[in-house]
Amino acid sequence: MHLTTLTIDAARSAVQNGSTSASAWAEAHYARIASEDTKIGAYLMLSKERALAQASRMDAAAAKGEPLPPLGGVPVAIKDVMVTRGLRTTAGSKILENYIPPYDCTAVARLEAAGAVILGKLNCDEFAMGSSNENSAYWPVHNPRDLERVPGGSSGGSAAAVAAGMAVATLGSDTGGSIRQPASFCGVLGLKPTYGRVSRYGLIAFASSLDHIGPLARTVKDVALVLRTIAGRDPMDSTSADVPVLDYVEELERDVRGLRIGVPKECFGEGLDAEVRTSVEATIQKLAGKGCEVVPVSLPHSAYAIPAYYIVATAEASANLARFDGVRYGFRSPEARTLSDLYRKTRDGGFGAEVKRRIMLGTYALSAGYYDAYYLKAQRVRTLLTRDYEEAFQKVDALVTPASPTAAFKLGEKSGDPLAMYLADIYTVTANLAGIPGVSVPGAPTKAGLPIGVQILGKHFDEATILRLAQACE
Amino acid sequence: MKVTEKDVAYVADLANLELTEEERPRMLRDLNAILGYVDRLDELDTKDVAPMAQVSDRFGVDPNKTGSARFAYARRDDVPEGLRKSFTPETALSGAPESDGTFFEVPKVIEK
Repeated sequence: MHLTTLTIDAARSAVQNGSTSASAWAEAHYARIASEDTKIGAYLMLSKERALAQASRMDAAAAKGEPLPPLGGVPVAIKDVMVTRGLRTTAGSKILENYIPPYDCTAVARLEAAGAVILGKLNCDEFAMGSSNENSAYWPVHNPRDLERVPGGSSGGSAAAVAAGMAVATLGSDTGGSIRQPASFCGVLGLKPTYGRVSRYGLIAFASSLDHIGPLARTVKDVALVLRTIAGRDPMDSTSADVPVLDYVEELERDVRGLRIGVPKECFGEGLDAEVRTSVEATIQKLAGKGCEVVPVSLPHSAYAIPAYYIVATAEASANLARFDGVRYGFRSPEARTLSDLYRKTRDGGFGAEVKRRIMLGTYALSAGYYDAYYLKAQRVRTLLTRDYEEAFQKVDALVTPASPTAAFKLGEKSGDPLAMYLADIYTVTANLAGIPGVSVPGAPTKAGLPIGVQILGKHFDEATILRLAQACE
Repeated sequence: MKVTEKDVAYVADLANLELTEEERPRMLRDLNAILGYVDRLDELDTKDVAPMAQVSDRFGVDPNKTGSARFAYARRDDVPEGLRKSFTPETALSGAPESDGTFFEVPKVIEK
């Protein structure tokens, strides 16, 4: 079977019935990474030793006829913002270039407990701050569908690895669209679950009230399988919700007939590329054809989403990134003579331009005299944006919008203009502010063959419905 | 221009950044461009709108409720044993750029 179409069930069953081995799956993926990733740049590091040890355990279990766990022998990879015990974790930053974490992220540990084989760590924008993956301190990722274009960000490596057949599924993180937008650019599925659905323990924090971990994969069923594995209460994350985990795979069997899908008019206005609009509208027609009721709705505060988001996100980032001080881990500037000099030279040398920009913006928004005008104001607008969704969800079961206003843009096209880059997140940030789940599913591509993503948003803890709708779009 | 060169220097100081001579004018330009865009928030009257710091601020944290009212937080009485365990000093210091085996080492803070 070709690695670009391999699914979780196919990979696991082949190991279970002995037609291939988990070790062979891992080696086949490493061979593909060796041939493809020199052009794409999705992997920052390979974890062969850990992968092959886990693969051997799965092969031994299969040889004894033991039933494999749900992800037994399935090759996956992890965005490098999730810590892995004994495996270098950089967050795409120079400041963590040599950081070896002493513990595992809960989501990673749950994948491995379910039998998954972790191939390596994936490239991303530094501290997950970016929409193109060009802010990685190591190298940019190229979109496997068109190497001159960006894969999206910040989980660019996670989307590119799945699109190029270099992993069956991956984990990404999403603070303002960082799973859904790269999924749309690379033509794969990407899910941001409800806030609290998946533990964030071991996720290097960017903006704690907005950060989420979620899966990227090539089929809705694989997304559902990974979500079922990583979801659920974790005593190590006090914001993880104590809500029963559904069998998201079983839920896919239910018909979408009769579901009401809302189409927010504000998401189809100025700034939306014509081909993206056509593709999203075609998907809505497809859902209507399967018996969904299409309902026009309004999210009246949409125009205020990006400014509110960038104040809240950068304010939280400025606090979270204060921990990188050159004392306990990571890079330390060798030139420092005093403690204050140590902090400054370490942070100046360790952080890239976008990270410094966001720390500065967030610090400014929280500083005396500006706190009320910026931070508090943005928090009040966050309430208005959340209310927009609450009102829409009185009338509908899910919302359908574009995932991004355009298909993948070229490397260098927006990297000189931070504000233009921020606007790439215009349809995704509000779901993070409100904490609702969202999935990007591939729609019909552009005439030039570039992928387009359709975003489906749902009610809190209703991942099951949006995944069912995503499957109806496939 | 809302943000001045002096503001950039002041905020960099608060954030423990220095910024080079080349970085400062670019930072000034970018912050003004972004904050100029953020100013559209002033179009909204929010004086009677409660601020929202967390999703649970709006939806509560009651695990016995359904739908959006289910966001939950750990309670003191269910703090598990694992949370109380600490790393050994060796593990805690393993990533330190400089240590003496017991403490993190930093440049001298107080001059004689």
